[in-house]
Amino acid sequence: MTHFSALSLIKNALSGQKNWEPQWPDSEPKAEYDVIIVGAGGHGLGAAYYLAKEHGITNVAVIDKGWLGGGNTGRNTTIIRSNYLYDESAKLYDHALDLWDGLSQELNYNVMYSQRGVLMLAHNVHDVQSFQRHVHANRLNGVDNVWLSKEEAKEFCPPLDISPNARYPVVGAALQRRAGTARHDAVAWGYARGAAARGVDIIQNCPVTAIRRGPDGRVTGVETAKGFIGAKKVAVSAAGHTSVVMDTAGVRMPLESYPLQALVSEPIKPIFPCVVMSNSVHAYISQSDKGELVIGSGTDQYTSYSQRGGLPLIEHTVAAICEIFPIFNRMRMLRKWGGIVDVTPDRSAILGKTPVPGLYVNCGWGTGGFKATPGAAHTLAWTVAKDDPHPANAPFTLERFSTGRLIDEAAAAAVAH
Amino acid sequence: MLLIHCPYCNQTLPEAEFTYAGEAHIARPSDPSSVSDEEWRDFLFIRTNVKGPHYERWRHFHGCGRYFNAVRDTVSDRFLITYKTDDPRPELSKLLEKSK
Repeated sequence: MTHFSALSLIKNALSGQKNWEPQWPDSEPKAEYDVIIVGAGGHGLGAAYYLAKEHGITNVAVIDKGWLGGGNTGRNTTIIRSNYLYDESAKLYDHALDLWDGLSQELNYNVMYSQRGVLMLAHNVHDVQSFQRHVHANRLNGVDNVWLSKEEAKEFCPPLDISPNARYPVVGAALQRRAGTARHDAVAWGYARGAAARGVDIIQNCPVTAIRRGPDGRVTGVETAKGFIGAKKVAVSAAGHTSVVMDTAGVRMPLESYPLQALVSEPIKPIFPCVVMSNSVHAYISQSDKGELVIGSGTDQYTSYSQRGGLPLIEHTVAAICEIFPIFNRMRMLRKWGGIVDVTPDRSAILGKTPVPGLYVNCGWGTGGFKATPGAAHTLAWTVAKDDPHPANAPFTLERFSTGRLIDEAAAAAVAH
Repeated sequence: MLLIHCPYCNQTLPEAEFTYAGEAHIARPSDPSSVSDEEWRDFLFIRTNVKGPHYERWRHFHGCGRYFNAVRDTVSDRFLITYKTDDPRPELSKLLEKSK
């Protein structure tokens, strides 16, 4: 693996950029692995990376039905934050944020993590009370989050309209300064490169059709388009298709899969310095380094595997953005796309062991999985390696749906995750 | 934009008039106090989340306001049928035969 540095850049520039090595090989499956991870998104590739690096388990394969990072890792709006209400969530997402901090150095790969701040707008008394409650809860958990007056919010984000005549007047905002955005593809690529360099096989365009179990119930491997591959342990990290894969192992999941859409405008000069979310008006917006405004909101109302979604949701999203930022109402939109997100009844992830020995699951991230990527990957690797959860993911069990010990972020985080 | 047929109004109308109401034909336990935690979990939280024909409920929110059932393919988003709440659950094989 070429170590990326100023020196390697100069060296390759002088030789006409012709001598770069491929960053990872496209592997063919071996007969058996210690661990198979189903799903080569950021979470799955990251788990393989941490298994190899921190737990010394390198006989690992990451298998995907498409190309790596082609699912929700490449389809999200790249927002990273950890200002969740409950102790359990704050701990897990802040664990992820701690890992984001040093990720580019750790991977020797620029994931373009930009801590530009996430501003959540309050438009009414309910918003103010709810966000101030979040700010206080976050501070108790050591998560940075501060309350801003509308003038301070305007100073932080100049395009904001704070006049009292606005359709949805801004009365204040919560700001997490440590939050921001990252280059989503680079996260998958960086983890893939780091994992492959440590001996992990990345097998693309190879759908896993079934999980196989032995007579004792234990996992024995997976059936794929390239035949049976044996495995001592299998971890499923397949986002919207998790319940389909888990069903083949006889595990029914409390998940429903919805399309989540996003869109970008034509690229323009830098105008938007941070991420702004408005739960009440229901949309969020930031500007990418390429200059496009990146816009999103909630899921479509019906379950689907279509990776498309409907136009009414886009109309609703764009209408919300135009209400909050009238200056953008003549912007032209460049393209829109959809991903399939797996949503749990309490809107919190499921990350841990399953009733099947040797089978682990990382799913249910719903509309907010990207921000959790390093944390989910790190704790999944820990759980698989030790057959025991990491303290940060211990509450996020599958059993909580029988015991009733839910982590009910659905009510707490309103709309935009 | 989905076009949805309301079996009560007997009209095919845009998605914006309707709200989705989750999986259909899930019966509440008739004797709640005798039900185990696992059975409660299955009733409350476990869904088939099927990739393919899905039995589901919709409500004609901005119309007659009534709930009805539908079978929709979750890969193509195409409706195979919509039917009244008290109609029997249609057999999938017959629906697929008809839609060919």
